[in-house]
Amino acid sequence: MKRLLSGNEAVARGAWEAGCSVASGYPGTPSTEIMETFALYPNVYAEWAPNEKVGLDAAIGAAYAGKRSLSTMKHVGLNVAADAFFYVAMTGIEAGLVIVSADDPSMHSSQNEQDNRQFAKFARIPCLDPADSQDAKDLTIAAYDLSEQFDTPVLLRMTTRVCHTSSPVEVFEQQASVPEQKKYPRNPLKYVMIPANARRRHPVIETRIADISEFAETFAYNRVEYRGKDLGIISSGVAYQYAREVFPDASVLKLGMVYPLPKKMIAEFAKNVKNLIVLEELDPFVEDQVRAMGVKLYQSPGKAKQNYPLTKSIFPIFGELNPAIVRQFAKEAGLYSGEVGLETPPISLELPARPPSLCPGCPHRSSFYVLSKLKIPVNGDIGCYTLGVAPPLSVIDTCGCMGASIGVAHGAAIAGDTERHVAVVGDSTFFHSGIPALINVAYNRSNVITIIMDNRVTGMTGHQENPGTGKTLQNVATVSLDIEQMVKACGIEKVLTVEAFEVDLIEKTLKSWMKEDGPAVLITREPCALLPDQRKQYIPLEVTDQCNGCTVCFRIGCPAISKSEILDLKYNRPLALINASLCTGCEICAQVCPRDAILFKSQVLAKSK
Amino acid sequence: MFSFPKLGIERDILNFLLVGVGGQGTILASNVLAELGMKLGYDVKKAEIHGMSQRGGSVISHLRWGQKVFSPIIGKGEADFLLAFEKLEALRFLDQIRPEGVFLVNDYKIVPVTVSSGNAVYPPDEAIRENTHQYTHNDFWVDCRGIAEELGNVKVANVVLLGALCGLMDMESESWLTIIAGKVPHKSIEINRLAFQRGMNAI
Repeated sequence: MKRLLSGNEAVARGAWEAGCSVASGYPGTPSTEIMETFALYPNVYAEWAPNEKVGLDAAIGAAYAGKRSLSTMKHVGLNVAADAFFYVAMTGIEAGLVIVSADDPSMHSSQNEQDNRQFAKFARIPCLDPADSQDAKDLTIAAYDLSEQFDTPVLLRMTTRVCHTSSPVEVFEQQASVPEQKKYPRNPLKYVMIPANARRRHPVIETRIADISEFAETFAYNRVEYRGKDLGIISSGVAYQYAREVFPDASVLKLGMVYPLPKKMIAEFAKNVKNLIVLEELDPFVEDQVRAMGVKLYQSPGKAKQNYPLTKSIFPIFGELNPAIVRQFAKEAGLYSGEVGLETPPISLELPARPPSLCPGCPHRSSFYVLSKLKIPVNGDIGCYTLGVAPPLSVIDTCGCMGASIGVAHGAAIAGDTERHVAVVGDSTFFHSGIPALINVAYNRSNVITIIMDNRVTGMTGHQENPGTGKTLQNVATVSLDIEQMVKACGIEKVLTVEAFEVDLIEKTLKSWMKEDGPAVLITREPCALLPDQRKQYIPLEVTDQCNGCTVCFRIGCPAISKSEILDLKYNRPLALINASLCTGCEICAQVCPRDAILFKSQVLAKSK
Repeated sequence: MFSFPKLGIERDILNFLLVGVGGQGTILASNVLAELGMKLGYDVKKAEIHGMSQRGGSVISHLRWGQKVFSPIIGKGEADFLLAFEKLEALRFLDQIRPEGVFLVNDYKIVPVTVSSGNAVYPPDEAIRENTHQYTHNDFWVDCRGIAEELGNVKVANVVLLGALCGLMDMESESWLTIIAGKVPHKSIEINRLAFQRGMNAI
């Protein structure tokens, strides 16, 4: 039976059909739905780990214990999990282990567009690169067989386009049998990576990758499609779709496995086509390997990219590809003679942008308003609250990766920066990698003030449970980590938890702490306004005739407040207008209004009675 | 193989581009079209950009039907149908439609924060229509939001627009409605059915 599945859903389906029964990962766009879908299947255990490294260790532990297991993360998550990734490459496993890295070409929601196929080569782990949902399911199943056949973890490399494209997938209602629990392996030579053992293992994994390269010659998902012989294209991932779309008559070598490569298959293909090119997104990963094999690739007669190997020889090294880009660059290289794209005129109007912004009722807004008022340098982190960078709040000065806020603020302090720094981090990011950084602040006594914005959920990726929420991924009630106790246990003595909408209290606290020495942590707590229970409590506020258009409420950057078309008679300034369909009644605007011209919820309710 | 003589469409692959603002039900609508395509026996690809859309950004969904569909993305000037759930977003993606392609828009404004903060101006209706006519005269404006309000649930505006599309494509409504019924809460099946029919009648 065929079902419409996204690439992410197809990976989950493939893992389940392959008899995978344990999964651990950390949410991250575009990977999140893999775990969310997998968690719903029968006979599986699935969990959100505090971070990708912990998640991968857990999946490795399950694979050592004899269960097919899965670990998922976005591309930058593999940086966090890299330590585990490298040791499991050395040890191998008892049952299949598939590690999913969801890469993000064009950075739809990421800080970089690193090409994680490189990680596979770095660690000597085979890498599979699906081109659509059917391929994603098939390659996930193939990955488990490959993993066990060669005693190796397998990297399944997805991209945003494959993760979030849905297409029909043939599904089976039967799960492969989950192996019985075996006795846990007592095999220190293989599993204890002390130097003496590791030295023995290294040649084993070099031999293994050579064996897999041999296997790749007959791997069912590496296939040659001969059509016209003028042009041959080596391709994988979503780039394969563009190859077929743009060059319907070309022969294509479609690689399901991009590392290691089938050397003989490529040499044979090269012999049978007149011009050979590689079509891939991001790095020249396949191109480099093919050239290193001594295979001659097509040399563009005109504007060849002279910078190879710093770039690719024909197609761009950054950003997602699409058919128009492929046509354009192929045309420049003399490989395509048709039209590049339908020439439609550009839109002649200047269009207002629609950037993402902190939602109406967002509990992060109050702290940002205070920080912007106090003009303090702020080291930010990864989450919804990165949007504090947007005007009019404009308060975030740095943001690099998960957990970096506290460490970077600490760095400024130990460098002797004359301004006091504030680090801003969300609850889930604090659990992810903020804790060790906070320990460092406490241990080395730097003057950093940390604000932990605890909105009781992992927000940006779409409301995932985390160690603070009291529930697991599979909806089981569990402990809820007490952030204040945690902060104290890290060695921070000055800790205060406040309700996030208490604007004055936040301002007063920060002002007084700025005058005192030593590290401090302010926890601002309030559930995300988009959580179902919160949505039921919305009470839109109202502006009264006391408003004189002073603009203070515009400075909080709330999408529910706009400048009305009515002008104040005295000052000729637009009055404030609250959009009742957007306002949640968080009362930040009412608190900052110097003329008490915005009614609080209690006043709105009293009025309507 | 796809033939809509009244709309001037004769193509092997049918491209729909759906655009809107986070929270408008754009993704649900594209799921309906994707399943419909499958039900009709076509290969289907549906590609979404929804990274930060819950935070008020644009939502885009590319949808393609055909015997065999390769690229999940529709190129500039290649959309046969532009289905817009909001006027500014419609305008933003005008250059994606084929010359004289079908432009179907919910005649409704969601003011972005750049406009409400006074830093930009929402284009006036005349400018939107004038620009639209530089690309196509197959433009259809439906007050989906108004209809949904009349029906008592603004959330069904997306289904009003789907009904209008069904009417434009001159298709029978039952298979659409069956798919929609499978995707909405049980208690709102009836209002969605009404919304769909109002959309069909609006064309």
